[in-house]
Amino acid sequence: MNTTLESPPPVKDLAGTAEKSRGKRLTIALAGNPNAGKTTLFNTLTGLRQKVANYPGVTVERKEGVWPLVPGGNAHARLIDLPGLYSLDAASIDERIARDVLTGQIAGLPAPDIIVAVVDATNLERNLYLATQLLEYGRPLVIALTMIDLAERRDIEIDVERLAQELGVPVIPVMASQRRGIDALSAAIIELAGNTGVGPGWRLSETAERELSSLAEQAGVKHARHAVLRDLYGEELPADTERRAAVELARARLSEADRNWWQEPLLARYDWIEQVTARCVRQSSNHQRPTATERIDRILTHRIFGPLVLIAVMLLVFQTIFSWASLPMDLIDKGFGTLGELLRNNMSPGLLTDLLVDGIIAGVGGVLVFLPQILLLFFFITILEDTGYMARAAFLMDRLMRGVGLHGKAFMPLLSSFACAIPGIMATRTIENPKDRFATIMIAPFMSCSARLPVYALLIAAFFSTQKVLGFVSVGALMIVSMYMLGIAVAVCVAWVLKHTILKAPPPPLVLEMPPYRVPNLLTVAQAVWSRAWLFVRRAGTVILAISIILWALVTFPRSNATDNPSATAAEVTATDTGAREGTDNTAVNQGEQGRDETGEQIRNSFAGRAGRLIEPLIAPLGFDWKMGIGLISSFAARETLVSTFSIVYNVGPDENEGSPSLIDAVRNARRPDGTPAWTPLVAVSMMVFFVLACQCMSTIAVVRRETNSWRWPLFMVSYMLVLAYVASLITFQGGRLLGFT
Amino acid sequence: MMTFQKTPNDSSLAHLPVGVQARVIAVAGSNAVARRLMEMGVVPGAPVRVIKTAPLGDPMEIRVRGYHLALRRTEAQTITVTAVTD
Repeated sequence: MNTTLESPPPVKDLAGTAEKSRGKRLTIALAGNPNAGKTTLFNTLTGLRQKVANYPGVTVERKEGVWPLVPGGNAHARLIDLPGLYSLDAASIDERIARDVLTGQIAGLPAPDIIVAVVDATNLERNLYLATQLLEYGRPLVIALTMIDLAERRDIEIDVERLAQELGVPVIPVMASQRRGIDALSAAIIELAGNTGVGPGWRLSETAERELSSLAEQAGVKHARHAVLRDLYGEELPADTERRAAVELARARLSEADRNWWQEPLLARYDWIEQVTARCVRQSSNHQRPTATERIDRILTHRIFGPLVLIAVMLLVFQTIFSWASLPMDLIDKGFGTLGELLRNNMSPGLLTDLLVDGIIAGVGGVLVFLPQILLLFFFITILEDTGYMARAAFLMDRLMRGVGLHGKAFMPLLSSFACAIPGIMATRTIENPKDRFATIMIAPFMSCSARLPVYALLIAAFFSTQKVLGFVSVGALMIVSMYMLGIAVAVCVAWVLKHTILKAPPPPLVLEMPPYRVPNLLTVAQAVWSRAWLFVRRAGTVILAISIILWALVTFPRSNATDNPSATAAEVTATDTGAREGTDNTAVNQGEQGRDETGEQIRNSFAGRAGRLIEPLIAPLGFDWKMGIGLISSFAARETLVSTFSIVYNVGPDENEGSPSLIDAVRNARRPDGTPAWTPLVAVSMMVFFVLACQCMSTIAVVRRETNSWRWPLFMVSYMLVLAYVASLITFQGGRLLGFT
Repeated sequence: MMTFQKTPNDSSLAHLPVGVQARVIAVAGSNAVARRLMEMGVVPGAPVRVIKTAPLGDPMEIRVRGYHLALRRTEAQTITVTAVTD
């Protein structure tokens, strides 16, 4: 194998060249196929000097970092990581963004001085397709050849020097995880800076080339070859009317001569690639021997074992998320509780203390308590993606998903939505067809997310936990499973209806690479988990924080005359989250009836209380009273606020030195004005059904708004889910009563 | 531009038995799917082989240009192949 990794060139040699380009910081774009090792290279080049954001108006992740080209030198480059791509032609969002970056159409981002194409040596021909397109952009290009060790193991011999000659650009073998070839890559880039690109090595037939040149002439000098190619062969016609007419005429002439005229550039590129690789690549004859991946897939995509393994993997992931996460969740919860108490004990009682403890600390704590679950879920998703198993899951599930009109690729976003719909909805962008993607987005919030768990947990603990069915299955567990099942069943029905009405479209195509299995790179996994978790904390945190403060204000104002003690509502919220999730920790204590009345009066007359009483006639048929109404209203911002709201509404210890009664007992003992219990098991079920189906999450609405780039979809989603939730809750409560349940 | 003669042995990729080495003759249609398939290397002249089908008979997994690709039978139907005997 000729792919010896050069030793780093002496830094002194570079210094002179770096000096020249000091005036201007280089912008470098990193492009490559999915699974080509681009992320590992990006992480190695930038270390931790990177930031993740989004491109304006879309949720395509925008990753960029600083690459110190010369160690210790000052020739730092700005490195833009493009999304993983197979081509620059098709109309998917990722590909459009990549094109915009390459042509300098993104605000605040100059067109790259140099493009680094990451090319997988084990999959050279298909990887070179994108590289060929990048060559067409006429910018200086360097090829970083990855996975050469794997290629070697598969007896693929690549003559790197010859490949560079044939392509006309430097080809640098790199092994990013071992930092090999990095210096050679910097050297090649510094040398290329300021040069012009070489352009493509292929031509079309004479007829087609004639059409291209005449279109190019009409457009003027600033229209580069790649742009003309795109006009003539792209899926969309140019927007400009005059241009469009010219292109349509040219297309008509070409299609007269050849029905498959549009395939010509595709064929010409692969034709050229085959010529190039024929001269540089030798593959030993025994390549029919099955690879490790093929042997693993004999089990993992096996007719019978495949689905069994998939079920086992899912069970393992969820078991882990719910059991491993509970310890850190308790710790975070206790930490915030202690912090709140500390503040309260050391600050003078007053509105500011209340705001800090009840609004801000309770709010932030309420979000951060879910962080362990989110981190674990992202950890598993990243591992499944990085190993290559995710594609197998889509392969196994595609037939079932298609049954309701969805794509195999919808499986993982929906699975992620069981932790949180936000990353799930963000993950749908791998689905190319917008209709399939929107259908997946519309049903993602039906998957019972972790924010519903505290609600289920509270109500089940209050009404169902002790009973058993058949002696060993607890009614509580059965109830939780039923809630998950209800969400899935409704999602399936809604998907079917959507795909047969407003999102009607032929069954979505599936063209999915099954990448070789790889051991995940820990740095890459950590990086991915960290950046996704941070996005979650920032998005969810800001919304829930704001809502907590608003809610606190709505319950606190206007001050009623009966209570002058501002910390009356305060003590409760401190108890809220602790009480909510592990209500059993607290023991019920007697409390002053006097205080209860006063606080009750305060809440009743607060803005929140008035709103709750306003909607009471509407929700009475579902079995809910006005206090539950406050909970419903506040939980439209985020589901888990129901628990803290109930703490405020029910938990009424007037003296903060006395232990707060457990929220569970408070819920059990809540009474209607006529003295009957406010909550019955049937009301609890009705409430849970409502929570399964209603879209009560500001962050989800915000994400859907961004993903679909319109307010129509999020508004449609909120309304139809609310209607479904109301009707289902109504049927549950009224039907249950008819059947004699209470 | 490459052209390949059609022979009576031609069939669609969807009907190619597992394990038989074949060569792509044509990719039909001018829709986004055909374009995507060709970008992924399924162009006339490329050798292909069916590796397996998913548990419910669909989609199928093929090997092309040294890597593995999953596609549905409806997509495979648009690809004409001819078996290669060697």
